[in-house]
Order: sequence, then structure tokens, then C-alpha cells
Amino acid sequence: MVGQAELDRRKIVGINAETVTNVTSTDFPGQWPGEDHSWDLDFFKRTFNVKFHSNDQFDSSFSLIGLDASVANAFRRILIAEVPTVAIEDIFVIHNTSIIQDEVLCHRMGLIPFRGSREGLRWMHWFQKGNDEDPEGSTHNDYNVCILNLQIECAWQAGGQMRAVNGETDPNKLYNNHNVYARDIIYEPTGQQITRFADDPVRAANPDILIAKLRPGQKINMRMYAMKGIGADHAKFSPVATASYRLLPTIDILKPIIGPDAEKFARCFPKGVIGLEPITREEGQREGSEYKGHEGEMKAVVEDTMRDTVSRECLRHAELKDKVKLGRVRDHFIFKVESTGQWESDELFLESVKLLKIKAQRMKRALAALMR
Amino acid sequence: MPSATRDTDATMVDAPAEEGAVESPAPEEAEEQRVRVLPGSTEEAASFEFENEDHTLGNALRYIIMKNPDVEFCGYSIPHPSEAKMHLRIQTYDKVSVYDVLEKGLNDLSDLCDVVMDKFTIARDEFNAQKASGT
Repeated sequence: MVGQAELDRRKIVGINAETVTNVTSTDFPGQWPGEDHSWDLDFFKRTFNVKFHSNDQFDSSFSLIGLDASVANAFRRILIAEVPTVAIEDIFVIHNTSIIQDEVLCHRMGLIPFRGSREGLRWMHWFQKGNDEDPEGSTHNDYNVCILNLQIECAWQAGGQMRAVNGETDPNKLYNNHNVYARDIIYEPTGQQITRFADDPVRAANPDILIAKLRPGQKINMRMYAMKGIGADHAKFSPVATASYRLLPTIDILKPIIGPDAEKFARCFPKGVIGLEPITREEGQREGSEYKGHEGEMKAVVEDTMRDTVSRECLRHAELKDKVKLGRVRDHFIFKVESTGQWESDELFLESVKLLKIKAQRMKRALAALMR
Repeated sequence: MPSATRDTDATMVDAPAEEGAVESPAPEEAEEQRVRVLPGSTEEAASFEFENEDHTLGNALRYIIMKNPDVEFCGYSIPHPSEAKMHLRIQTYDKVSVYDVLEKGLNDLSDLCDVVMDKFTIARDEFNAQKASGT
């Protein structure tokens, strides 16, 4: 039977001044003689844990404890590249006399994140572009395309020309519609979209995105087709500003760090990671204790390693580097999911897990077909 | 110069009001996932080729299959980054079939996802309730 201390030691990735040690997970059957590390769903259910740190609508931070790096990375990759969203794909530029070139303007439109009813998004079908096997591709229908319009024209305000003559330069006082914002995009629901997107129509997730600037006489008239896609195809379809994880850092103080050294040690880390505590009389008087004679002085104590950014600053100082051991817990992933506005962050993670399950099941079906 | 395009509104077809009556394709992606057994494979030592897969499924599947005590060897590789193909090699001890091992691996991965989903939902709801009650 292996002791808890050994199990804990195996879980720590060592972080040294120039190297990282003990990186790979070793919980495979046959790796450790006498131990059984085979897959056990009940063991996983018992040891796996989720802890939330913050859960704002579009920004959530949570910890997954007891998971392996390969699965956590799979979730992260799916979050970035395979959760479907809707973004503008085809644009028909009917009139563009603005100073922004057609292609630049269209590129900007594509990058605008859109939000809408999630059930509507799930219902939407994929639009197949024509390719070698199927030159026609899909036809444009209400189930695969959302139509959006942008029609805006800049004109002089009443009395604006007089103000300009008098030296006024503030565009807000001279022109109407001189800034084109994402909120000026108008959704035109068709067919079944009228009912499915009734409560939550397709609109820009951030209405204040500045698309273009106009001056009097310049006009933009574009008809845009938004389609469902995934981040792997084009980054505009990625539902996350980013999704990332880090491992929980560990700090082990091997020998006591006392007095001015303790203060220096605390300054090596971000605020709140290391705290200072006075050495009690009992610790100072215990025989063989290294605190002997230092009663009343402050010693360094680890308080909250989650705030640590692992800069390894303490390893740069000769008097501190032998007294501390840095590491990371291999199976504690602190995820941070920042959504662009189409999905909510917690829904995004659930969708990512669902997609991994769908992948596994799709493979199972393919395998079954292969066996036949 | 203004770019003028003919209005293509005419190509839009309004779907009929009733559900499912329109000639819509299946809601799943039309791309077919293919699994192939590479030549030279036996019942106990085989290499599979997955199309349209990458490290996302490959590494996770490798981990789960390695957790199977009947597996002597399991590894995955991506032969060339420009092609979306993933090779997975499984070698088993004794007389265990590679196909059973792969199927068990895929099942275990699905179970793992279920547990993650359940625990995440519970933790999320608890956290929201805690936040709402102001603790």
C-alpha cells in the first residue's frame, strides 16, 4: 500500500530555476508495481471535483481537480475551435462610398461577434459551400443563413455647415450618422427564424463596436449572410476571447525563513501569497527546532498559492533558494473561459464537454461500421 | 467606386410554416468521420487511422486506453500537420481484441464526460445559489 505522502509527491510537477521535472502523469496500470491504476469510473467520480471561483455572465473561472492533462486540454481545444457560433460569412456590398475599402470593411464585419437565441443556433443547419464533389453546395434557406442589413448614410446636421464655417470641428455637432456602430446592423428574420429568434434576435454581442467612420455624402449599403461555423475553420467563429487553464502552484518551505529574509521572501511573490506570522514561544523553545532563539520574530507562511504567478523570483536569491521548493499540482486545472458574447461562459464549457462526448460516440459508430 | 451587385434576394426560399416539411438535410455535419485499420495490423496489435481528428481526441483517447490493464502499448501520432489524420496504435497482452479495447476506451471517455458535466453543473448551481443568497 502506498502512503499518502508518496501519492502527493507524484502529483507535483517540480519547478526549478531552469528546468521543470516530473512532468508526465504516471497513473497507468503497470507503472507502479503492486498498485492498480486502471480506469475506475467510481474512483473518478469520487475524486473528481469542480470548484468555482467566479461566474460572471461572460467570464468564469473554475477549477477542475482530479482530471488528467490530456482531457483538460481536449476541453480547452474544443472551447477554442469546435463550439459552433454564427458569424457573417458572405457579404453583398451594394453601395460603399466610405473611405474604408470594401474588403477591409467586409473583413471587419466578419469579425463582429453576434448573439442570438441558443436554441435557434442549435436548430440552424450547416451551410455547405460548393466544392469539388458538390459544386452547388447548399441553397440559401432560412435554416442555414441569417440575413443582416447595414444601411447608413452620413449627412450634414441642420446648421452644421454654418458651424463648420465658424470653426467647429466636433463631428457630433456637424454630422449625422458619422460613426457606424455594430448596433446599426439590422436583422431580417426569414421563414422559421421569425418564430425561433423572436425573443432573442440575432444582434451584435457588443453594440458599441465602431465599424467605420463616414462624412457627409458617404453611404454604406450591405446585405450580409451570417452562417454557422466553427473556430477551426476561421477564428471569427471562435466563441471565446480565449479559454485557458493553468495548474495550481505549490510552495513548500523546507527550512524556516525568518525575520528580514521572510519579508524579502514575501516580496518575491504577488501580494497575498506569503504571509508573515510571529514565531510562538512554544516553537522557539521546542528542542531541536530551527526556530530556537528566534521567538517573537516573523516567519514566512504560505497563505494562498492561487494568487502566485510562478515567476520563480525567490530562486534568484542565494539566501532563499535552498529553503523553498516550487511546484505545480498536476491534476488541478484553473480554467478561465472568456466568452465573446454569443454563449455564456459556463454554458460554453458544458457544450465543450458535450462535444467531446459526441466525438467519442461518433468514433464508436464509425468503429462499429468498420467491424461490419 | 461604389460596387453594385444585383440583389440576390430572389434565391431565398421561404420555408413552409409546418415543421420538417422542408427538404432540409440532416442536422449533423455532413462530413463523414472515417476510421481505417492500417495494413499490417493483427487482432492483438493494430494501427487505426482517424480522419478529421487531431490531438483533441487523440491524446484523450490515448490516456483512457492506457488506463486499461490489458493494453501493452498505446500511442497516437499525427503523420503530417497539413493533413487532418491521426494514427492510433494499440497493442494488447494475451488474447484481448484490439477492437474491444478501442470500444471500451471510447465508452470510458463518454462516461468521463458525463461525470464532468454532472459535477460541473452541480458546482455551478451551488455557486450561483451561494452568490444569490449573498454568502
